[in-house]
Amino acid sequence: MSDKNMQPTVYNDTVVRQFSIMAVVWGVVGMLVGVIIAAQLIWPELNLGLPWTSYGRLRPLHTNAVIFAFGGCTLFATSYYVVQRTCQVRLFSDKLATFTFWGWQLVILAAAISLPLGYTTAKEYAELEWPIDILIAIVWVSYAIVFFGTIAKRKVKHIYVANWFFASFIIAVAILHIVNSAEVPAGWMKSYSAYAGVQDAMVEWWYGHNAVGFFLTAGFLGIMYYFVPKQAERPVYSYRLSIVHFWALIFTYMWAGPHHLHYTALPDWTQTLGMVFSLILLAPSWGGMINGMMTMSGAWHKLRDDPILRFLIVSLSFYGMSTFEGPMMAIKTVNALSHYTDWTIAHVHSGALGWVGLISMGSLYYMVPRLFGMKQMYSKRAIELHFWMATIGIVLYISSMWIAGVMEGLMWRAINTDGTLTYTFVEVVKATHPFYMVRLLGGVLYLGGMVVMLWNVLKTASSGHPTDAAIPHLVAHA
Amino acid sequence: MSDFTSGFWSIFISVIALGGISACMLLLWITSKNKQKSTIDGDSSTGHVWDEDLREMNNPLPRWWMWLFILTTIFGLIYLMIYPGLGSFKGKLGWSEVGEYQSDMDKANKELEPIYAKYAAMKVEDVAADGQAKAIGQRLFLNNCALCHGTDARGSKGFPNLTDNDWLGGGTPEKIKADITNGRIGIMPPMAAAVGTAEDVKNVANYVLSLSGSKHDAQRALLGKPKFETICAACHGVDGKGNQDIGAPNLTDNIWLHGSGEKAIITRINEGKTNEMPAQRGKYTPAQIHLLTAYVWGLSNKPGTQAAQ
Repeated sequence: MSDKNMQPTVYNDTVVRQFSIMAVVWGVVGMLVGVIIAAQLIWPELNLGLPWTSYGRLRPLHTNAVIFAFGGCTLFATSYYVVQRTCQVRLFSDKLATFTFWGWQLVILAAAISLPLGYTTAKEYAELEWPIDILIAIVWVSYAIVFFGTIAKRKVKHIYVANWFFASFIIAVAILHIVNSAEVPAGWMKSYSAYAGVQDAMVEWWYGHNAVGFFLTAGFLGIMYYFVPKQAERPVYSYRLSIVHFWALIFTYMWAGPHHLHYTALPDWTQTLGMVFSLILLAPSWGGMINGMMTMSGAWHKLRDDPILRFLIVSLSFYGMSTFEGPMMAIKTVNALSHYTDWTIAHVHSGALGWVGLISMGSLYYMVPRLFGMKQMYSKRAIELHFWMATIGIVLYISSMWIAGVMEGLMWRAINTDGTLTYTFVEVVKATHPFYMVRLLGGVLYLGGMVVMLWNVLKTASSGHPTDAAIPHLVAHA
Repeated sequence: MSDFTSGFWSIFISVIALGGISACMLLLWITSKNKQKSTIDGDSSTGHVWDEDLREMNNPLPRWWMWLFILTTIFGLIYLMIYPGLGSFKGKLGWSEVGEYQSDMDKANKELEPIYAKYAAMKVEDVAADGQAKAIGQRLFLNNCALCHGTDARGSKGFPNLTDNDWLGGGTPEKIKADITNGRIGIMPPMAAAVGTAEDVKNVANYVLSLSGSKHDAQRALLGKPKFETICAACHGVDGKGNQDIGAPNLTDNIWLHGSGEKAIITRINEGKTNEMPAQRGKYTPAQIHLLTAYVWGLSNKPGTQAAQ
């Protein structure tokens, strides 16, 4: 598009292709690290006695890789894909879009090197040190310019609902990242948080929970609002429902963070507000699920032989489950049992593997053949196989961690008549052992499914040719 | 006491919390009232089209979902009335986290008092001979002390074995109780400079090894002896048997808390060591520490034999 007088005739699908391929690659890497640390919890010797491969360093590597590398690349790919098509214009700036791709890969690479080396701010989900934080901020602002620039020059009057969610996700993540990462450098790879004590904890969990709320929920709802109606070939169920649940969701999520700090030094009033808003969050969260599920009305039969649609719809079921479970766990009485146990791990993974993972896979399976000029993926049977491996993996993972979590909670609080604890800590660890085995099996299945996907994606890419879709002529009444 | 520097912040928080909730409800109300359906295409679509075939219907909000939203909101508002949430407003119940903890602890301590009171009046030696007391003592030990000293109380490197009758600070019931209550800090200063060259350190280390009959170089031990007797003896004694009053370990009994052999001893002489047993007094009541003392004492003493002597 070098000629300034020419209107672009095709979308910028190059950057979408790059992010899509890397999403799948990072998915395999991040899940592999997850499987390794799950195995380390059963056989601690697997840390090989080396600091770089110890659990404490690999765990943040796993979370960063799956959330920001796999999830992040998926969000970049889908949002660039969706915003161009729903605005019917090419991306605002090809150069900046290319920069966001390479910049984001550099962030991931820096994380993959610095975390095993032990450089960390010790803030959960924000472990990366300040130079990398600055790079993230620069990439993110560029992302915002590309996205909002594209919205601004759109040829379609109304902004599609998916773009509301992508927009709120981009703005909120920028704010969250910059506020939470405020830190005082003390050397090139060392810094101290700008906040102290319980304020630091509160800022951290305001960030941490909204990373879930905006990165892993709002962003992925954006994906849902485009790919579910597209794949089901049905209109979105209710425009007005999307309005109510969008505004209620983005307002309410901002308050929910304190539920991570129940029964701590956090003041009572903050804990109460966190709990109340977490409960109120249930209905706005479910609004998205209803809108996605009801979009299927009249198309349910398609689930029988469309594995991509199955990924999307099962994903919504897990979304509904975990957004019900979340408010329940935010209730103080429930939290007193669930907090610090593997129940939390079960909850997170029903959201991460079930919702975020499956919807990412579904949308990537939708995009990849189109990006390479193919009618469909190289192997439909491989998609089927992936679906079942992933689903069975999730069920094994979350049910074992539910049982382990409730068991841990009950064992920790069991008290003898003389006031001593009935179980020592190590007895509880021993009791979780069989459940850790089941979890590992679930994780291996899920990772296996992702490897099948990588094969399928590479096969599709090599059988087709990179193809940039043509921008269609404007539909008159849009 | 207050979390707020002025009354303004309390009002600020209440206003944005309640205002936000009201705004959600208002949005729900307005959206649900708007019953009009677009008739374009006759399928209640909004009439907007994106990317060739993306359309939106405008179905009414599901009733059950609206009620879910309303009921969770009502629950939230009631909760905010009875619990502290709106700034400095304490809530109708006057509940607080610290208050709940205090009343739970008071209740528990009241229930537990008679169980422990019975033993508090008994001598440690007699408590150690009591089966039920021993069981309670063991549970206290496993809950707390086992993290460092091990479930079998045999310790590990850096954490003393409590079953071998070798005591850094004394093994009488009184001394054990004092160490549990107040903790103790053991300090071996780095002595390399005082001892001399690396060769001197090695010679002293061999002399130390010779004291317990461990494997050593007799020649070096002989050379190290004078250094030991002028420098190390100040704490460990001329005979190397240590001094419990200052927590200096006995070097003749072949029990090595921080590792045995020439290399480990050279490291200790060069680098010294500060080791800590944390005080337990804030955590356990004196009566509980009494039982714990009896349990620990009983690990290396046969209850009853002491009384017979």
